[in-house]
Amino acid sequence: MTTLRHAAAIAVKDLRSEFRTKESINSTLSFSVVILLLFAFAFDPTPDMIAEFGGGLLWIVFVFAGALIVNRAFARELPNDCIDVLVSSPASGASLFLGKAVAAFVLLFGIECICLPVFGILYNVTWWRSLSGMMGVLALGTWAMACVGVFISALTVNLRLREVMLPMLVYPVLIPAILPAMMLTNTLLTGQPLPSDFGVWLRLLVGFNIMFTTLSVYLAETILVR
Amino acid sequence: MRTKVILALGAVALPLLLRNLYAIMFLVPDEMEQGPIYRIFYYHLPAFFTAALCYLTALVSSILYLLKKDQKYDAIAVSATETGLAFAAVNLITGMIWGRISWGIWWAWDPRLTWALICWLVYFGYLMLRSAIDDPTERAKNSAVLSVFASASVAITWKAIEWWRTQHPGPVLSIRTGGVQKIDPIMENMIYVNTVALLFLAAIFILVRLRQEEVQREIDALRRYAHAMN
Amino acid sequence: MSGPAVAAAGVWKYFGDYPALRDVRFELREGECLALLGRNGAGKTTLLRILGGLSGASKGAVEINGGDVRASQTRARIGWLGHSIGLYDELSARENLRTFGALYGVTAGMISEWLAKVNLAHVADSPVREYSRGMRQRLAVARAFLHGPRLLLLDEPFTSLDDKAIALLQGLLAAARADGATIILSTHQIREAMELASKVALLDRGKLVHFGERTEEMVGDPTYLYRTYGSAA
Repeated sequence: MTTLRHAAAIAVKDLRSEFRTKESINSTLSFSVVILLLFAFAFDPTPDMIAEFGGGLLWIVFVFAGALIVNRAFARELPNDCIDVLVSSPASGASLFLGKAVAAFVLLFGIECICLPVFGILYNVTWWRSLSGMMGVLALGTWAMACVGVFISALTVNLRLREVMLPMLVYPVLIPAILPAMMLTNTLLTGQPLPSDFGVWLRLLVGFNIMFTTLSVYLAETILVR
Repeated sequence: MRTKVILALGAVALPLLLRNLYAIMFLVPDEMEQGPIYRIFYYHLPAFFTAALCYLTALVSSILYLLKKDQKYDAIAVSATETGLAFAAVNLITGMIWGRISWGIWWAWDPRLTWALICWLVYFGYLMLRSAIDDPTERAKNSAVLSVFASASVAITWKAIEWWRTQHPGPVLSIRTGGVQKIDPIMENMIYVNTVALLFLAAIFILVRLRQEEVQREIDALRRYAHAMN
Repeated sequence: MSGPAVAAAGVWKYFGDYPALRDVRFELREGECLALLGRNGAGKTTLLRILGGLSGASKGAVEINGGDVRASQTRARIGWLGHSIGLYDELSARENLRTFGALYGVTAGMISEWLAKVNLAHVADSPVREYSRGMRQRLAVARAFLHGPRLLLLDEPFTSLDDKAIALLQGLLAAARADGATIILSTHQIREAMELASKVALLDRGKLVHFGERTEEMVGDPTYLYRTYGSAA
């Protein structure tokens, strides 16, 4: 209970300072839209093509955006050594991690919700045909990114090359979450009845989230207490 | 002591490797459909077993490091990961050569190939992270945690394969097929014997690498002492 | 309480094979003030970080009032003031104190009280980025004292402070001591530290070479301690 209260305080603080400076929101949002544009130029997509790789395209944009967002999670604490004050406070490592992961999740989910209609307009896709399913898959995939990304950003925060290092470490680890997210999004975009392997991919995505959330919460203290 | 162990392992491994090479080239029969190229399989599969065992060793010693905070386990973890990467590369490259001959393409986005490549990238990232951290204790801790993460991810990816259609030849060894003999016992035995040879080789690599790691740590400590003197 | 407020039992800290702290052991009773002295790289900051739970000891253990530092209720009693101010530039003074206050369970009333005490009430809602150096430092001091800590850990507190902030900090430290709080501060400025301290510790290359009562010679002669207990180099 205390853990959640502390995590909430951290999440609120992170979101507040992000909305105050809008450093990563603005850059990530414009970056995502530019990538969506570039893909349209590169492939000149037909409706058939979109049905085939629309989900993949969306998630590529989202993982790019995700790397930018999670990079800030602990980097935000670097000026003035705020991380020291947080670690010495009664908040546990797990609650610091959870708070930061929730803040990254909210930011990323918001950006994705703006990207979806942009994608719909640029590629002429009616993406809202199964809206609740789409939001569910989006949330699950985004939590996977926020959780793994924020955790690994705690490992890389003090490194000189952290902007390059972070995606190099995060993307391969994320593959078993992004893969089902892409497959599920593809299916949901077409609006067809759900195929039989839908449940398998969903289980994979949920399983990944449970496993890595548990691991991260359990190991956060080890990482943050240097 | 360790030098003697390394030399002894080498004394066993070298003749065994040479003998196996001879046996693979001249003694075992050709495979009916594939012809001589299938012989690459005697390195492909044992290299995979060796790499897998190295990765497992790395995971276990990373967990031990997190529990005991002893630098020894960190040294074992990095040595095993590097050796595992080398054998995984052998596995990938022999697989690609085989694929070029049998499928006509160097690379297919077959799940098992993809998995091997992801694995390689994940553990390569582990080495990248290590090279970027200066303090040995912090490096050991952070990379041990990453190793646990990487292993979990690799395990899930492996599971995901079974839900995918696969182009890669299915298991042929009798231990995987539940006792059904899919290949000639001579061939199967050859695979095991060569796995043993490669495991010896891996052990040598790990031991040599382990010593480098210890020396490196000593140098680092001496440098810190020197700085403290000023 | 009968037990020691702070107890370090054979603390070692390794960076790889290099011991940055070697078998450091000492005990402080409640209400004592320890000045931690030593050259750069002697291990002062490393020791303070271990005492504050920011870093784990490689061997040995630290106990605060008989409890583990990484226990949440133990850290609720610690106030930490490091080299840097530990504040968010983009947030206002009030938001900063609210964030940290939420972790310690401090009420909004207490926060306003502290803002007035450090003379920042009139600018409490503008972002810290716009503050002058002195204002930022006063806010940092308020942040460290906000939750009424029973153990204060201060890393070089006087080095970067301006006169006003030093006066404020000295006043608060004296009040905290009168109230029975324990204080540990690492410092170069021997004179300021000696005025406050009841105990003095000297670290030399990770070893605790001296730990004892503050004596009159130490206050008068800044080099006395190093001459008497420090290594020849």
